Amino acid sequence: MRYILMICNDETAIGALSPEERSAATAEYAGFGEELGRLGLLLGGERLRLTTDATTVQVRDGQVLVADGPFAETKEQMGGYYLIDCKDLDEAIEVASRIPGARHGTVEVRPIWEM
Amino acid sequence: MAVARAFRSEWGRIIATLIRVTGDWDLAEECAQEAFARALQRWGRDGIPRNPGAWLTTTARNRALDQLRRSKIGAAKEQEAGVLGSADEPNEPDGSGIVDDRLRLMFTCCHPALSLDAQVALTLRTLAGLTTAEIARAFLVSEQTMAKRLVRAKAKIRNARIPFRVPPGHLLPNRTAAVLGVLYLLFNEGYSATTGIDLVREGLCDEAIRMARVLAELMPDEPEVSGLVSLMLLHHSRRSARADDTGALVPLEEQDRTRWDADAIAEAIELLEVVLRRHEPGPYQVQAAIAACHCTAAETADTDWAEIAQLYEQLSHMLPSPVVTLNRAVAVAMADGPAAGLELVEELEDSGALAGYHLLPATRADLLRRLGRYAEAADAYRRAIELAGTDAERRYLSRRLAETTPAPGSESRP
Repeated sequence: MRYILMICNDETAIGALSPEERSAATAEYAGFGEELGRLGLLLGGERLRLTTDATTVQVRDGQVLVADGPFAETKEQMGGYYLIDCKDLDEAIEVASRIPGARHGTVEVRPIWEM
Repeated sequence: MAVARAFRSEWGRIIATLIRVTGDWDLAEECAQEAFARALQRWGRDGIPRNPGAWLTTTARNRALDQLRRSKIGAAKEQEAGVLGSADEPNEPDGSGIVDDRLRLMFTCCHPALSLDAQVALTLRTLAGLTTAEIARAFLVSEQTMAKRLVRAKAKIRNARIPFRVPPGHLLPNRTAAVLGVLYLLFNEGYSATTGIDLVREGLCDEAIRMARVLAELMPDEPEVSGLVSLMLLHHSRRSARADDTGALVPLEEQDRTRWDADAIAEAIELLEVVLRRHEPGPYQVQAAIAACHCTAAETADTDWAEIAQLYEQLSHMLPSPVVTLNRAVAVAMADGPAAGLELVEELEDSGALAGYHLLPATRADLLRRLGRYAEAADAYRRAIELAGTDAERRYLSRRLAETTPAPGSESRP
């Protein structure tokens, strides 16, 4: 069963980290990703650029509407994701709870809609 | 009659087994219902089977497997999950020894990925066998709303793949607490009927006690489960003394103690004594010990308030909550005098934690009355009446207010 784990954090708080804190966080994520790979749970995952680099696209009446910014202004923004393959929700929750970002932000666990 | 009896005791077990075997919650309900319908026809004609539970389970399971075989989706499902292989084994090994399917069902219904509302509704539907209409009535929502809630919960279990199992050891303490929380919530819904006019919706209390007993039987090593059973039995033992013939609330100190259920109290005390000897205290055991202090006092005046105050102190460390502090204030007022209790109440008022909770001004009013500060007491009673949720509580507080307000012509004491 595939799940996506969406890591949502307050971008401004992350931007305020010191260089040391930043490299510590990067190293922690690298280690976590390797561990997921070793366990055979990892299908994919990426870190995203900030919402200041986001662009929204809508098509209305055949017109392509392009705008700067994320689709919604929220306190926490999706900053990265993992795609994992797990036995059940309990296993997915366990993986989610070990993501470094879960300690200050929020991880949303969503099952993939298998076609 | 035999079918009705079997329904109460067997419904949850049958549903639980069918869910494990088929993995399909709707099919499980449908086939269990059909099995009971068939029992109604057959048992009258052929006599009651020697083991009604086994007859019902076999009938329901055969029906479910039949349906699975017949439907194409079923065939795919069978293959995918390998469900038929496990159909005849009593239990799958999941690291926790021989496990009753009802235990799996309880943990799945009370999974933290489901909303509390959904947990409660699913537990009542699948384990207790209440109809959707009955659950809707108990929680004062329309049948349509409750039906939607159940459908959504079952869809989430299926789509997000919430496992049907007893959680492994490292998750067990938290998940057990969640199950106990749902059972106690059910009991309290029945016990205090937050709104409306009937004070005891006894049905929910009985169901909660029945399910907690099953849980205690299935988890003999969890002291808090026995603690909860004991606590609920003690509260429930006072049910016929809690309201008078007009439905008005009778406070603990004025209740006719001969109307308390002595058998339930004896059972609860015995359970509690056994479990306390394990020296693994928890919030339910401590609350049961507090209830036991009340239930074992022959007269109100015999109540050991110092012990109760000390138990509330212990509870406030396990379960820091302003309601616990309020109860502690009441006990302290009884043990050390109303002024000592009032001090704690005023601390609570300053914290603002219980704003809007009618028992805060009601307690304050009581303590002021006992200190002879009648005008202030009357104000507090009026505030409590505004906030009270049930008619019975409003009537009780109004009576107290009348006692505090001087009758026309009298100058001093009310």
